[in-house]
Amino acid sequence: MKIDLARFHATFFEESFEGLDVMERGLLQLDAGVGQGGAAAAAVDPETVNAVFRAAHSIKGGAATFGFGGVAAFTHHIETLLDEMRGGTRRVSRRGVDLLLRALDALRGLLVAARDGAEANSTDAAAAAAVQRDLEQFLGAPQAAPQAEPARPASLQGAGFQIRFAPFAALFRSGNDPLMILRELAELGRTEVELDTERMPAFAQADPEACYMAWNIRLHTDQPRARLEELFAWVEDECELEIDPLAAVSAPAQGMAAVAQPSAPVLQTLTARLVEHGAAESSSIRVNTAKIDALINLVGELVITQAMLAQNALTLDPAQNERLLMGLQQLDRNTRQLQEAVLSTRMLPIEAVFNRFPRMLRDLAGKLGKQVRLETDGEATELDKAMIEKITDPLTHLVRNCVDHGIEPPALRAAAGKPAEGTIRLAAAHQGGNIRIEVSDDGGGLDRARILASAQAKGIAASESMSDAEVWQLIFAPGFSTKEQVTDISGRGVGMDVVKRNIQALGGHIELESEAGRGMRVVIRLPLTLAILDGMTIAAGGETFIVPLNCVVESLRPEAAQLKSVAGQGRVLRVREEYLPVVALHDLFNIGGGAAGEQRGIVVVLEAEGRKMALQVDELVGQQQVVIKNVEANYRRVFGVSGATILGDGRVALILDAAALVRSTWRAAAA
Amino acid sequence: MAQNAIAEVNPQAAAREFLTFKLGAEDYGVDILKVQEIRGYDAVTRIPDAPEYIKGLINLRGTIVPVIDLRLKFRLGEARYDAFTVMIILNVAGRTVGMVVDSVSDVIGLDEARIKPAPEFGSALDVRYLSGLGTLDDRMLILIDIERLLGGDELSLIPRDVAQAA
Repeated sequence: MKIDLARFHATFFEESFEGLDVMERGLLQLDAGVGQGGAAAAAVDPETVNAVFRAAHSIKGGAATFGFGGVAAFTHHIETLLDEMRGGTRRVSRRGVDLLLRALDALRGLLVAARDGAEANSTDAAAAAAVQRDLEQFLGAPQAAPQAEPARPASLQGAGFQIRFAPFAALFRSGNDPLMILRELAELGRTEVELDTERMPAFAQADPEACYMAWNIRLHTDQPRARLEELFAWVEDECELEIDPLAAVSAPAQGMAAVAQPSAPVLQTLTARLVEHGAAESSSIRVNTAKIDALINLVGELVITQAMLAQNALTLDPAQNERLLMGLQQLDRNTRQLQEAVLSTRMLPIEAVFNRFPRMLRDLAGKLGKQVRLETDGEATELDKAMIEKITDPLTHLVRNCVDHGIEPPALRAAAGKPAEGTIRLAAAHQGGNIRIEVSDDGGGLDRARILASAQAKGIAASESMSDAEVWQLIFAPGFSTKEQVTDISGRGVGMDVVKRNIQALGGHIELESEAGRGMRVVIRLPLTLAILDGMTIAAGGETFIVPLNCVVESLRPEAAQLKSVAGQGRVLRVREEYLPVVALHDLFNIGGGAAGEQRGIVVVLEAEGRKMALQVDELVGQQQVVIKNVEANYRRVFGVSGATILGDGRVALILDAAALVRSTWRAAAA
Repeated sequence: MAQNAIAEVNPQAAAREFLTFKLGAEDYGVDILKVQEIRGYDAVTRIPDAPEYIKGLINLRGTIVPVIDLRLKFRLGEARYDAFTVMIILNVAGRTVGMVVDSVSDVIGLDEARIKPAPEFGSALDVRYLSGLGTLDDRMLILIDIERLLGGDELSLIPRDVAQAA
């Protein structure tokens, strides 16, 4: 029977890319350890090396199984080097880690090529070949500091090993067969196998699917220890395994006791990890996002239907329809809970984005000759998966800018009395219905004079009299860049305007703070999800509109004295020592039929991008959570409208784009 | 000559089928394959700053669909909204659009021989929006090129590249 392996390819690649990420994280940790501890290998956590090794091993195994020979062969070299590192026969050095990181990139290239079914393009292939040569050379090179070598020479050329292999009861469930391992062991040399049935329960209690057996094996072979470990690599998380050189256990009983001692902590960590690992694995499944999206859409429909029912039920006589109304209330609760639960399935920790940056920073800082440290905070903050995907590019851009423009070269920093190493901070937190992401650095801050000069040179309206905040806004203008020298990192002028546009498209806002010599901070505020919105329902000109609640500061019924006209044209509203431009929504949208008289109606104060405006409407209707629907899918972009929703009565209501309204009002006021 | 045109048309020779409808006193036809459904006219939500012939948005089973009134667009007849006013829901280039007409007549098949190119009308009606004139007995059927109409400069309901590809 031929099994179609192609079905599993997608999973293999997905897992392999995750494995690559694990390796990258691990290597960067090692890199930090090596960097801090200098030559001392004490700062290297053996568990990290193990984790990297395991990831590499899984990729190799998977690649070999699925017939990607090239990938498997390449990974083998990485694995060999890692194995030497974890075995202690090779010191974890900066050069080694560098090489491994390069190898990782090459491997990623190979995997991408394999996934897309394309031949690795020539540059990828050449890079991989070059890295492979270096790896081989590095592996073959004599050890700079042969460490721990004397401790276990016997293990390398001894006459054999004493092995205790005690699988956990659940071994069979993971599809592993100890018999196969034993057979392979037998191929390595002469074996004496002793079965340990101590754990075997009475027949009546035995679970036929559990493994109760353990083996003590004496293997006479001249193969290296690594060869053995390879055999057990698939099951190492699922068994107690002790491998000791045969010479050292001449008296087996005493030897067993002796080896049990040092391996105990290892075992503990192993079991601890297993528990963690096992729990994580069994409690999550992979689901296609299309299925989740379909579910979210359906729940959205359900919420609308429920709202319609609730609205219709208002006309019913409560006394006669008590049971029906109670049922509707129950439906209301359940629907909301269902909606929340379904939306939460799309939520992912922002860690997924933050994890990209350590590597990027390391490479960038190296290229630019700067020293940069990354601090992250609030990695566990969750937000919508779609949002995570869309926020990645803007954040990458901001972090790049920090390294390239923000952090000064070490010499300059030292001269300014700052530590040579610059710090970039990434922080995320929930704030009300929003998520707040902050990118800050302790670099030189924005240069007011240079921004102004650059803006004027590019024909962007700018003047000396502008406030700092207004000057910072200039860098969001299309085509703006102050960097004299265009690097391949940033400075092409496709930059902050794109970042700002992307963030606004997500319904978010971006703010900038800067202090000369102390650094700058970019704050991004995003809604938690793209699917629902807390809104205030208002009426104007006979239509119903939704105002995003997070933009509403307050609403009030203005006194005639509070409304003033300016130069006979615009009107302003005085609210607590502040004059806000007033716009009537029905005028702005040209829908007519507004409240008669200028003074009547209600004013909603909106705030966006740090500015406020007063929006005059006819009536406040209420507050509700609405499902956002796209207007552009069948129509086009409408000024001042960010989307639409369906009300309880089945009618469409437009959702106001507060940022656009505020912007246009101020522009009109300035003109 | 007084034979029924529909009966006369051989199904194999009928290259295309059209949904015919009335705007004022004129008969129009639109490719039946573009028609998704026909509904009664419903309350619409007005769109800010939209031209008069774009009536607004409706909720079509959870999707937001814009509605245009062809009578206003073509300046034909009086745009009355009553129990007989109907909306043809069209599906063009992946977009759904509602079109208000006075009434829907029937579905007819026309072979290519019965479709003549439309002459220039001058400025009143842009000939670009017409795919031809059909002949049905002694009636004339104005065939609308719905992609062009919806993708035109004024409406631009469909992105131009999509409209041209369609």
